Amino acid sequence: MTDIPSASSTAGFSSSPNVLAGSSLAVRHERGERQAFCGLSGIVWLHRKMQDSFFLVVGSRTCAHMMQSAAGVMIFAEPRFGTALLQDRDLAGLADANDELDRVVRELLARRPDIGTLFLVATCPSEVIKLDLDTAAARLQQAHGGRVRILAYSGSGLDTSFTQGEDSCLRALVPHLPELPAMQRSLLVVGSLADVVEDQFQRLFDKLGIGPVHFLPPRRAADLPPVGPGTFLIAAQPFVGETMDALRERGSQLITAPFPFGIEGTRAWLLAIAAAWGISTQQVDEVIAAPAARAKTALARYREQLGGKRVSFLPDSQLEIPLGRFLARECGMQLGELGVPYLDRRLMEPELALLPKDTQLTEGQDLEPQLERLRAERPDITVCGLGLANPLEAEGLTTKWAIELVFTPIQGFDQAADLAELFARPLNRRQRLGF
Amino acid sequence: MELTVWTYEGPPHIGAMRIAASMDAVHLVLHAPLGDSYADLLFTMIARSAARPPVSYTSFQARDLGGDTAQLVKTRLAETVARFKPQALLVGEACTAELLQDQPGALALGMGFDIPVIPLELPAFTRKESWGASETFHQLVRALLSGRPMPEGAGDPAGRAQAEGRRPRANLLGPSALGFRCRDDVAEVTKLLDSLGVDVHLVAPAGATPADLTGMLAADFNICLYPEIAHSTCVWLERMFKQPWVRTVPIGVGATRDFLLEVARLTGLDPEPALARARTRLPWFSRSVDSTYLTGKRVFIFGDATHVMAAVRVAREELGFDVVGFGSYSREFARELRALGEDIGVEALITDDYLAVEARVAELHPELVLGTQMERHIAKRIGIPCAVISSPVHVQDFPARYAPQMGFEGANVIFDTWVHPLMMGLEEHLITMFREDSEFDDGEVPERPSQPAQATAPVLADAGEPNPRPAEAGAPAPGESADATEVRWESDAEKELRKIPFFVRGKARRNTENFARERGLSLISVDTLYDAKAHFGR
Ligand code: SF4
Ligand code: SF4
Repeated sequence: MTDIPSASSTAGFSSSPNVLAGSSLAVRHERGERQAFCGLSGIVWLHRKMQDSFFLVVGSRTCAHMMQSAAGVMIFAEPRFGTALLQDRDLAGLADANDELDRVVRELLARRPDIGTLFLVATCPSEVIKLDLDTAAARLQQAHGGRVRILAYSGSGLDTSFTQGEDSCLRALVPHLPELPAMQRSLLVVGSLADVVEDQFQRLFDKLGIGPVHFLPPRRAADLPPVGPGTFLIAAQPFVGETMDALRERGSQLITAPFPFGIEGTRAWLLAIAAAWGISTQQVDEVIAAPAARAKTALARYREQLGGKRVSFLPDSQLEIPLGRFLARECGMQLGELGVPYLDRRLMEPELALLPKDTQLTEGQDLEPQLERLRAERPDITVCGLGLANPLEAEGLTTKWAIELVFTPIQGFDQAADLAELFARPLNRRQRLGF
Repeated sequence: MELTVWTYEGPPHIGAMRIAASMDAVHLVLHAPLGDSYADLLFTMIARSAARPPVSYTSFQARDLGGDTAQLVKTRLAETVARFKPQALLVGEACTAELLQDQPGALALGMGFDIPVIPLELPAFTRKESWGASETFHQLVRALLSGRPMPEGAGDPAGRAQAEGRRPRANLLGPSALGFRCRDDVAEVTKLLDSLGVDVHLVAPAGATPADLTGMLAADFNICLYPEIAHSTCVWLERMFKQPWVRTVPIGVGATRDFLLEVARLTGLDPEPALARARTRLPWFSRSVDSTYLTGKRVFIFGDATHVMAAVRVAREELGFDVVGFGSYSREFARELRALGEDIGVEALITDDYLAVEARVAELHPELVLGTQMERHIAKRIGIPCAVISSPVHVQDFPARYAPQMGFEGANVIFDTWVHPLMMGLEEHLITMFREDSEFDDGEVPERPSQPAQATAPVLADAGEPNPRPAEAGAPAPGESADATEVRWESDAEKELRKIPFFVRGKARRNTENFARERGLSLISVDTLYDAKAHFGR
């Protein structure tokens, strides 16, 4: 079992030279009660992103219930995920559990002939009883090979917090990526993006002459992108550190940059990629002139609404740091406490360099003391998980659900204003209501 | 192992949370991994409660496993008691912690807290949410009342009240967080009892404190409003303290009358004035001419045992529906459900497999589904109107308005909610009459579930994406034989079929195809269509 990476696991990554190495921010580390989803919840968007895949959670009724609650019971159709519920007799003898799993997979594949890639997803209970899903996946691959690809990863709350489940899933894909032919060069964008955002970036890359460009996860799990020494890697999401490590082990080169949130982040992100292609800043600025100008106009209105307001983040999605940077630098907001589930310096260094120097960064969580600090601070808006939002509203605090930031397209120039809007709306609502 | 897509019930510790969240001055410490705190959102988002449930989690992770998770439990227990100062502490564990065998309950008992500590056994791999709620409530009541002396006059509500010169009083047991319409049912039943001359002594678990529970025995009898939660507690209270309990659940006009009669019998009160004062529109609305169209509407009912059994009676006796199928996920009440099934000649479907329920609905193709949030999905996919009558529910089933299910006002609410998804009588006729009018370009309602592969979009994930029309998928539904596709329609017959109003067209298509298949016809003509119509009746 791997651990949730903490500040100490900085091995392996070099930061790009245009960014300060090591930031001077003080970080508070906390351990205690957490209010966060576990990594299983990533399935909720991954099964929509890779439409030929199915996610079989091997776990308990708790896991099934968690998935149902995280998805909202809103999917008016059979989703492409399900749970193989462990029962008493599976716990008793592991051999039986394996037989049972084989049976469930057989039934599932018979029911759903459309499945191209089947992910077996490990959970806390499956890990505690040491049900080895990697071995099971290999065994099942033997049995059903040719027809489907069967892979395993862990989304358990022992290993992963919320968006980290995606990292775990993508990392499981890495050994299966085809080899990029020698002497070829490509760009691989890592971390799931809404299709519309992918398309926007693709158009910019085309104009810049950067290509071929691949995305991980792909829209179909069957179309895995190639990787090799000629691959340049860039993260589109701040929670893909382990996947990046695994991709680097396949020889590819990492481009570090701020994340493509807001105008500044998107520009810096594109500049870093362009630099690897030997494209000048001037060329990039020409290509992005129109969308960047559009974004600036659109953002101006929100800057007015958000400027001077204080925002605090409770740890949730890993998006906190880039979002805090965007809100502070582009919307003129003041940052209160910025809580992150874990601080992955491998990917976060360029972002940390852009944060205001006095940002109070907290890694991990000890819920009750953190809530007390929040109450003392009373920010204008608090970004938090679903379980906490209404109680905080009831205390008179204005909140934004963190999960919406994961489900909404927020990257790139044309989404910069949408992103600001997500924060402006709760404030706007407070103003409108007459009580 | 069992494959599930959706689940009707959470694990048993969710049941324990429901009890804690229902009460005041109780706190639950749950030994659970990081992600299990998702459960808070059931209360704060789905039920829109303004406070977090009084639950603290140990939130252990992989790095804690090598070390001392028991220490983590102790820290959380100590901090929780110091911070929240509850009157009683519940201690339980979620599935993963159960496997670690840290025994948090025993640890808590050893810590010398000066409040009652109730260790909960919640076997997550064999039991479920309702059981967990029922057990937690029972254990809590037991812990607080065990060893108390038998109250004077116990077992004789009428005599005891008379001797003390007061109205008889009852405990209302079972209303809980995430239960179906409990808040309003309590108000309605309280009114109902008052009309009879009975006072409500205590409502529990909803709104009660442990201190309140210790005063339970001052009531003359108990009312088991939601057997899923309160049955075992009522049984125990009767055995230990001779507190009688009322069995009838007052959902529907008939059951509400029976309820008043049962309480009157127990308390020696005259039910007639209360019955005479009863105000409900259901019987008249149901008899009114506009309701003729309800006659024999084929309904399928699924949900918790209490609401399903009540709904079967209301549907048959008070609305004149045909119950063509019913069932429940409440295995604890399988015996009662089966008996009811035998009474009405319909086999009860006892399952918590959503897919089995879906298959049954697809096979029966009723005209109305009464169910849970899950049946709402099923009905939506198949294109059948649906009303929600039971937990589990979604945020929209916690209405801001007053919407009880119990008592006479509850019957009014039921009439409205069940009947509104259906086409009204005159509407049906008008549509038949003007179906050639171009304004009535109705579009066919899908009659089969789409192939799972063509699943529609989750609203949260990509709200902008239009849902593919389920009808276009055209795959056979689960439970439907594959040869359904062998029968073809002549184009004239297809045209004629389009003249039938869309809300019965699905049924007409099915009936005609079945009719053709039974007779070995591979091609359906206009005559086949009308032959089938004559055969089945409208
Ligand atoms: S966020 Fe609201 S609408 Fe969405 S699943 Fe949760 S309760 Fe339902
Ligand atoms: S935290 Fe663990 S047990 Fe809980 S839902 Fe997630 S994987 Fe399942």
